[in-house]
Amino acid sequence: MKRVGVLALQGSVQEHMEKLERIDGVTPVSVKSQKDLVGVERLIIPGGESTAIGKLLRDFDMIVPLAGMIRDGMPVWGTCAGMIILAKRIENSPTVHLNVMDITVKRNAYGSQLDSFVTEGRISEVSHSNIPLVFIRAPYITRIGEGVDVMLEVDGKIVATRQKNMIATSFHPELTDSLDFHRYFCSF
Amino acid sequence: MNQRYELNKNLAQMLKGGVIMDVVSVDQAVIAEKSGAVAVMALERVPADIRRQGGVARMSDPGLIKEIKSAVSIPVMAKVRIGHFVEAQILEAIGIDYIDESEVLTPADEMFHIDKTSFRIPFVCGARNLGEALRRIGEGASMIRTKGEAGTGNVVEAVRHMRTIMSEIRRLQVMPREELMTAAKEMGAPYHLVEFAAENGRLPVVNFAAGGIATPADAALMMQLGCDGIFVGSGIFKSSNPEKRAQAIVKATTYFNDPEILADVSENLGEPMHGLEIDRLDKEERFADRGW
Repeated sequence: MKRVGVLALQGSVQEHMEKLERIDGVTPVSVKSQKDLVGVERLIIPGGESTAIGKLLRDFDMIVPLAGMIRDGMPVWGTCAGMIILAKRIENSPTVHLNVMDITVKRNAYGSQLDSFVTEGRISEVSHSNIPLVFIRAPYITRIGEGVDVMLEVDGKIVATRQKNMIATSFHPELTDSLDFHRYFCSF
Repeated sequence: MNQRYELNKNLAQMLKGGVIMDVVSVDQAVIAEKSGAVAVMALERVPADIRRQGGVARMSDPGLIKEIKSAVSIPVMAKVRIGHFVEAQILEAIGIDYIDESEVLTPADEMFHIDKTSFRIPFVCGARNLGEALRRIGEGASMIRTKGEAGTGNVVEAVRHMRTIMSEIRRLQVMPREELMTAAKEMGAPYHLVEFAAENGRLPVVNFAAGGIATPADAALMMQLGCDGIFVGSGIFKSSNPEKRAQAIVKATTYFNDPEILADVSENLGEPMHGLEIDRLDKEERFADRGW
């Protein structure tokens, strides 16, 4: 069994855990502290508020061990706030969090809640058909560094990227009925 | 509309496990964000001051709400009076993230709440019991909070409301199907939402605790009782050290099951807000009784 963690400080934790529970060969693990990271083979950083999640990561001394595990190759996937937590650069913010993925992220890039939207798209390595893409006060990526692959653009904006063991998506597969992205993350 | 409603419920899901703080100025909003709040509620007066000063409490000045909105990156919420759909139209026009149709303000309508399905913007509403929660959801609320008794610093009503909602859901879960319609009739709730609660053992939207939460232990208590997150009104900025208390309540909400962390964050917080005994309030002074 693969132990796949969900960073459980704040946000759509339960939604990710429920998706992982439906995948054969995966044991979902809720990660709230450094000691919970022991034995975790992959980690999802959920949607939520990146300022709140980032502050808790700092206050409970998880930045260094977590960034270390990611640099050592642990697969990690950030959805929405999770993308911001992974990024090396955040527009209009001097603070970065894990500082591991070579992307520049714009927060609340689409505007307020009235600008949240849902659409569909296909990422060939993830699924054969379209999957629903839910954007909630979402960020997008304005610049990528070397070695970062664009997985998906929507209306000319980069909304999914991969860099070696790291994946970041502006949208929330955990809020949809589709298991495709979680399956992909557990096996890539 | 249906898709919009899903998106609005989804935003509430993103706030889960977090703390939403009442703020009356840009400075307070910035402190709240830095302390780890997941959203702020922009107000002219916190409930404790509304209670003390009396008079009609209305929607805040849109100018203040816009200033707060431009000062923080987290979602901004604001309150409208029960039934005051024009205040809601105004808040939708300035593009805030969530409206609280709140009993803390003086009701504008003594019979009817706002038809929230006619708005694109999401609403949160207060409830004391399951029937009230499901009526508000039936009207289009995409998030529920307990009413508690705002501005008292006394958690007893929030506990009562959360326990009531949870135990009423548990009762529905063990009912045979033929009893559900009568249960719906008795609690004054839409049948399809009663069915949902019976089948899923939860509300169809996120459910936060509010009204009287003043300490990290209060926040953790509400989380252990099964709520999804916490609203703190007067409890933070009416205390002697708001920044420290705000951070402590955020940590207590995440680590609500870890007594060692709770003990640690509860140390040396200074004076909490001065509390009120709810039994001593006159009936007209009870906000929780507003709402129909």
